[in-house]
Amino acid sequence: MLNELQRPVHREVLLLRVNGEEHQVLVPVHATLLEVLREQLGLTGTKHGCELGECGTCTVLVDGRPQLSCLLLPVQLEGHEITTVEGLGSPAHLHPLQQAFLELGAVQCGYCTPGMLLAAKALLDRNPKPGRRQIEEALAGNLCRCTGYATIVDAVELAARRMGA
Amino acid sequence: MSTDGELEVVGRPLPRVDAVARVTGTARYADDLQLPRMLHARILRSPHPHARILSVDTAAARRIPGVKAVLTGMDLPIRYGIMPVSQDERALEFEKVRFVGDPVAAVAAVDEETAAAALDAIRVSYEPLQPVMSIEEALRDPVDEPIHDPALTRQRGNVHRLVSYEFGDVEAGFAAADHVREDLFFYQGNTHLPMEQHSALATYEDGRLTLWSSTQVVHYVHRALAKVLELPMHRIRVIGAAHGGGFGGKTDPFSHEIVVAKLAMVTGRPVRCTLTREEVFYAHRGRHPVLIWMRTGVTREGRITAMHVRTALDGGAYGSYGPATVFYTGTLQTVTYAIPAYKFEGVRLFTNKAPCGPKRGHGTPQGRFAIELHLEKIARELGLDPVELRRRNYVRPFTRAVNWLRVTSCGLEECTEKVLQASGYRGRPRRPGHGMGFAASAYMSGAGTPIYWNDMPHSEVQLKLDRTGVTAYCGAMDIGQGSDTVLATVVAEELGLRPADVRLVTADTDATPVDLGSYSSRVTFMAGNAALEAARRMRRLLVEAVAEATGVQGDLDEIEVREGRVGEVSFEQACQLATTRFGALSTSGSYRPPRIAGPFKGSGVGPSPAYSYTACVVDLDADARTGLIRVNKVWIAHDVGRAINPLAVKGQVEGSVYMALGEALMEEQVYRKGRHKWPSMLEYKSPTVLEMPEIETFLVETVDPEGPYGAKEAGQGPLLPVIPAINAAVFDALGIWIDETPITPEKVLRALDARARGQEARYGPRRFPDVDYGAPIRVDPPDPHDLRVGEELERAFAAAGR
Repeated sequence: MLNELQRPVHREVLLLRVNGEEHQVLVPVHATLLEVLREQLGLTGTKHGCELGECGTCTVLVDGRPQLSCLLLPVQLEGHEITTVEGLGSPAHLHPLQQAFLELGAVQCGYCTPGMLLAAKALLDRNPKPGRRQIEEALAGNLCRCTGYATIVDAVELAARRMGA
Repeated sequence: MSTDGELEVVGRPLPRVDAVARVTGTARYADDLQLPRMLHARILRSPHPHARILSVDTAAARRIPGVKAVLTGMDLPIRYGIMPVSQDERALEFEKVRFVGDPVAAVAAVDEETAAAALDAIRVSYEPLQPVMSIEEALRDPVDEPIHDPALTRQRGNVHRLVSYEFGDVEAGFAAADHVREDLFFYQGNTHLPMEQHSALATYEDGRLTLWSSTQVVHYVHRALAKVLELPMHRIRVIGAAHGGGFGGKTDPFSHEIVVAKLAMVTGRPVRCTLTREEVFYAHRGRHPVLIWMRTGVTREGRITAMHVRTALDGGAYGSYGPATVFYTGTLQTVTYAIPAYKFEGVRLFTNKAPCGPKRGHGTPQGRFAIELHLEKIARELGLDPVELRRRNYVRPFTRAVNWLRVTSCGLEECTEKVLQASGYRGRPRRPGHGMGFAASAYMSGAGTPIYWNDMPHSEVQLKLDRTGVTAYCGAMDIGQGSDTVLATVVAEELGLRPADVRLVTADTDATPVDLGSYSSRVTFMAGNAALEAARRMRRLLVEAVAEATGVQGDLDEIEVREGRVGEVSFEQACQLATTRFGALSTSGSYRPPRIAGPFKGSGVGPSPAYSYTACVVDLDADARTGLIRVNKVWIAHDVGRAINPLAVKGQVEGSVYMALGEALMEEQVYRKGRHKWPSMLEYKSPTVLEMPEIETFLVETVDPEGPYGAKEAGQGPLLPVIPAINAAVFDALGIWIDETPITPEKVLRALDARARGQEARYGPRRFPDVDYGAPIRVDPPDPHDLRVGEELERAFAAAGR
């Protein structure tokens, strides 16, 4: 059996647009978006829990839609807008979702938080006044082991109210 | 705090002090850390559940370009383990492997792919041995050989630990009973499933090793590294990175932590290793599967006269915290119910599975599950209300239990009343398939004795104050529960600040004094008390300096320290005055629990300076056609003593309820043909947001005399009553007993089917294996009103010749 190293690796130069900034990267075509974000672009705010598309932790937005970065290949993503938690808000200017998560204790270890925030942002962008059930459905692909989810749903509701006000 | 003791920041639902970093993605977890020239490590693991290692050939792996070092077990031969009595693990094994996933070799390479390819090139020759995959099998004579050398375990076959105690006269207790009942239960194993995969990064520079890790216990990792690497502790620094969740699963020192340290020493370059999700399942240290037999005698009125408990634990391949776990399956029943005579026998067995250890509740959820359902059945048999039967047996505050555990504040009655009232449990509507269940529980606020025997404090805090403000240093590790926030809040309360004004340095063995770590629900209680002492000392110095500089005469206690002011000056000015007067200031505080344990061998497991109490009611619908359970609502009341931060406490309570629902209804660590059946997050089922019911939380504040501001634990206790309350509610709904976890639809349907065929309307274990527990250690019960602790208690023991 050929081991990985004996197979030639094909690399491509890509232009990726992440959080409004353009990045030229040289990536092996099999590298995932998760790997490129974290290891090449230093955007370690995007976390990983399984790297198999099972936990939702690595959720980012591609053209505003929540996607699992561990299952995406950057070669598919030229010309698309990628948003990570670093693009959501900054410590000086928190996004209303970040502010609400912080205030309501929707963050404990914080490891699922970036993925939750982005899944919630995608929901609020297309449905500014979601019902509780709609919030739950939008977050159903994101696992959290700390909070029991209730404060997370509360925080999305609170952010939606504030953004609509 | 004002001079009249009114609290300023304690008790306020403030956001965590590190919340901004955690919502903006700037908090740096272990796998986020990168250093120049960093190498990546991967670990080769056993594909066999039980096998001798005949040879390990690494030559081909070493020849792969980009591979910088390869380690085998011969490079790290010294055994380690979290408990001194169970030093049975190696970072890499070279003699035999004991479960699928046992580490055998490791590689450091320029990238992860090269490291993975090098693992493929390592040739290990195994001689498979008969695996031992269940409690029953582990109790039989080994087919090939015991999993561990009996010379090390000093036990027969695959027995790891045996305990056997009799407190008071159990036979007389049963003779005095009007009614005696026996039951059997099985609690399935499950795992922590932290969202963050374990990760560690090591450097070795100038003869000093630095390790960043996603650990719950920097001090214990420090000790294990010193032992295995044969380095003095002052040449090792362990730093806890931002933590992505533990729940007990990151409380042991792990192979990958030792491996990256050794690889950094060998290569002279930084080395990082992050476990894959599959490897996290093998790292495990999760809930022990436990078989439990219970026999209880009661009077006609439902008062307990005697209880006899037997447990058998499936420990997996290594000791881990197991010598303590086996005690915990039988120890804490007595701090919830007054049991006048109590016999407890437990055995922990080695099997060829991923090692079990401490998961939220550590050994007590299994025993709690059993006793709550057992009492529920006794009550129904006697025609008594199950809640009323429990209440008749509730322990009273400030008493000593039959096994010498000292109970102080106890809000069990108040918790019970809260959930009964709010849920309408008593007058619940009757409709088919609908049920409600109740349960109560207790948990420790930190273990009364350390893991390795010593008389030093369990937690130490240092404060530094100079012209720029105050900094608190403590070895405690914030694993998401908010311990940093608690430390900052305590210091802020005493110095009249806001928590955000207090700089923190935590979990760094070079910079911070020792705290034993985030396990055993000990941090708020112990580090909180240490911080309180350090802060009160600092406050005194500040007040002295301010009084002297401003010419205040008289009682220094009259000087207010609050709202950013010390008397007439601002805190900033006070810092300058104090620095002028004394130079940069430092104070320290520490906490060591008093001696509580009784005068017998093994009495060290179970005592705690205070117990939290919880009561819970669950409302659910159970579908007799599909077997599906839908939990509608959970009411939970938790006696936390005092909520230093109610937002954080509520978060711990809700998180515990969530984790309990997972254990009760779906989570299970199951093996098939020697392998973990589903080491993935897709197939290991855990609740999503869609499975979560509404939770109504009540915090009961009994203000414990020994807790900081009266606080007790909140992180583990609230998990305990939820699981048996669900089983009780299923009985309420369908009239069937599911005497094991998790309650899957299949088990519900099997129990209904059994009833339809005229058999017992039950699903659960049928027999408890024959175990020779040996003669019990007989212990005379204490006087229930003797609350002496510490030196007073020790003097009393000495006088009595104990």
